[in-house]
Amino acid sequence: MNRLREKFAELKSSGGKALVFYLMAGDPDIPTTLDIIKGLDESGVDAIELGIPFSDPMADGPSIQAAAHRALGKGMTVRKCLDLVRSVREFSSIPIVLMTYFNPILHYGIERFAKDAVDAGADATILTDLSPEEAKDWVSASKRNDLGTIFLVAPTSTNERIKRAGDISTGFVYCVSRTGVTGAQSDTPTDLPTLVNRVKSMVGAPVCVGFGISEPRHVEEITRYADGAVVGSALVNLITKHQGSEKLIGEVKKYAMAMKNATRHDETPPRT
Amino acid sequence: MLPDLLGHFGDFGGRYVPETLVPALDELASEYEKAIADEWFMRELDGYLKDYVGRPTPLYYASRLTETLGGARIYIKREDLCHTGAHKINNAIGQALLAKRMGKRRVIAETGAGQHGVATATACALFGIDCEVYMGEEDIHRQALNVYRMKLLGAKVVPVTSGTKTLKDATSEAIRDWVTNVRTTHYIIGSVIGPHPYPRIVRDFQSVIGKETRRQCLEKEGRLPNAIIACVGGGSNSMGIFYPFIADKEVRLIGVEAAGKGLDSGEHCATLTAGEPGVLHGCKSFLLQNEDGQVSLTHSISAGLDYPGVGPEHSYLKTSGRAEYYSITDMEALEGFKILAEKEGLIAALESSHAMAHLMKLAPTMDKETYVVLNLSGRGDKDMDTICKVLQIGL
Repeated sequence: MNRLREKFAELKSSGGKALVFYLMAGDPDIPTTLDIIKGLDESGVDAIELGIPFSDPMADGPSIQAAAHRALGKGMTVRKCLDLVRSVREFSSIPIVLMTYFNPILHYGIERFAKDAVDAGADATILTDLSPEEAKDWVSASKRNDLGTIFLVAPTSTNERIKRAGDISTGFVYCVSRTGVTGAQSDTPTDLPTLVNRVKSMVGAPVCVGFGISEPRHVEEITRYADGAVVGSALVNLITKHQGSEKLIGEVKKYAMAMKNATRHDETPPRT
Repeated sequence: MLPDLLGHFGDFGGRYVPETLVPALDELASEYEKAIADEWFMRELDGYLKDYVGRPTPLYYASRLTETLGGARIYIKREDLCHTGAHKINNAIGQALLAKRMGKRRVIAETGAGQHGVATATACALFGIDCEVYMGEEDIHRQALNVYRMKLLGAKVVPVTSGTKTLKDATSEAIRDWVTNVRTTHYIIGSVIGPHPYPRIVRDFQSVIGKETRRQCLEKEGRLPNAIIACVGGGSNSMGIFYPFIADKEVRLIGVEAAGKGLDSGEHCATLTAGEPGVLHGCKSFLLQNEDGQVSLTHSISAGLDYPGVGPEHSYLKTSGRAEYYSITDMEALEGFKILAEKEGLIAALESSHAMAHLMKLAPTMDKETYVVLNLSGRGDKDMDTICKVLQIGL
């Protein structure tokens, strides 16, 4: 069974909330990416979004743009990203969602990518610029290969579009917290609870919120009404800050544990 | 009728954007339908095109050029005479009127050569709308004159320093702005690219070029031309002049791309000649990309053609065989520039000079009874620096 669905089923039965971390594959290099994923897994992170770098990331802010640029500069390719997933599977069964733009997948071949991704050990994909209208072939190819598909909903989405995204999302629905590109922000938008509750009332799948989440207090707040939180640019920034230093993995783990602790607020008292 | 309701031209086009933008694109599509069905809107647009832009632009018989090349008779569609110096204003006025109609108080645009940026800044000054233009840092240097113009027109020019620092990155940055400010901002895309409904809207606003040309051809020659030649970057001037002739199968439609330092050099932007289908900036079309689906770095002496993608309708016209596409190197384009200046007294934009350079090869092979139309999409004042440097012309 798909590791991502299993993870959310497990969280549901235990009343837990998901913490998902995004990082760019191959930034700063493949061995470091593997070490970071190991560290995140050991810190109780529930799932990984692994970015496959694309040359023109139009929905990403400066942090992830720069990470993609660095990864491509180091010779990262789609094939190497899949190999990286395969290497993770040697030490971890943490759910992995591949996140990228549509062109690298289209160019690789839709059917071939869906098959190779599952063979490598990936559980789902998020393709930022693949709108549901254009996703028919991709959704069928993913279904045939038991690869999950996750679609995004945004503050501007109509109810009809939210339902449609829910219908073709497996694993979870990714709720974008604000209009804008990816990037750490200091506050969560005030209308976010309304948006999340609207989305939850319309889709069956769990709803995770991303874009702008960087601090434990954001996670603490968001996981009160959403099923999970996704952290991207903040981790990418942390990796950039400590890259090449021995402290990197320790800092990543410290941050991940603090963020995961922030998801545990209902029944379980915070652990340190 | 193409595109279909989802913006597809056969296998191309469509809408590949972050979810946040889709509702705005739906709004734009529906507002556009209403606008073009609204007689008052169309009359207002026609009024501005006539009295402000200076349309119709002339179709000029180039006798010395015809004589020099010694083949097909050559007519030139004078889009360089439009206010602001290029065809870009046709679309900018149309879309600024749409923005006004939708109640958007802020407009953003991307620009390569700066002609679309100047046209958008002009339309925004005309209608009292705030305007920000994204422009690659490299283009800011090579098209400085247009940067000054935009600033004097009251627009803010935002330098883009990511990637290749040219049109591709300016477009990505404009999309990032739009995704952030979509509720208050209209994004005026300058070419027949981007997500549905842009390729259609820009084509429709630019098709005034082809409609006039068709009428003028019938007036002057009593029949349609044997061929129409236009340059293709994103492809707005070519799509604008081709579109009203698509059903006239006897008219050859010829698009000319930039081969930069040569197709074998890897430094070019001949998308339809050397690319493969892919997705960039919201639509599926031919795309210059590497074996891993990463978008290629491009080069052209002409900033307006320096783009790795192309409008989806051109991809459709290519694969359906209705239009033909060729490419011209930087050096050949300069020959095209020189011949227009020396034989006809026309200082053409480097973009349009590519179409001229192809015509230099084509016209002599054609019979004297035939005639062709060259779309002179813009004037070359903006390119003086670049051209004089390459041709080593000093003061």
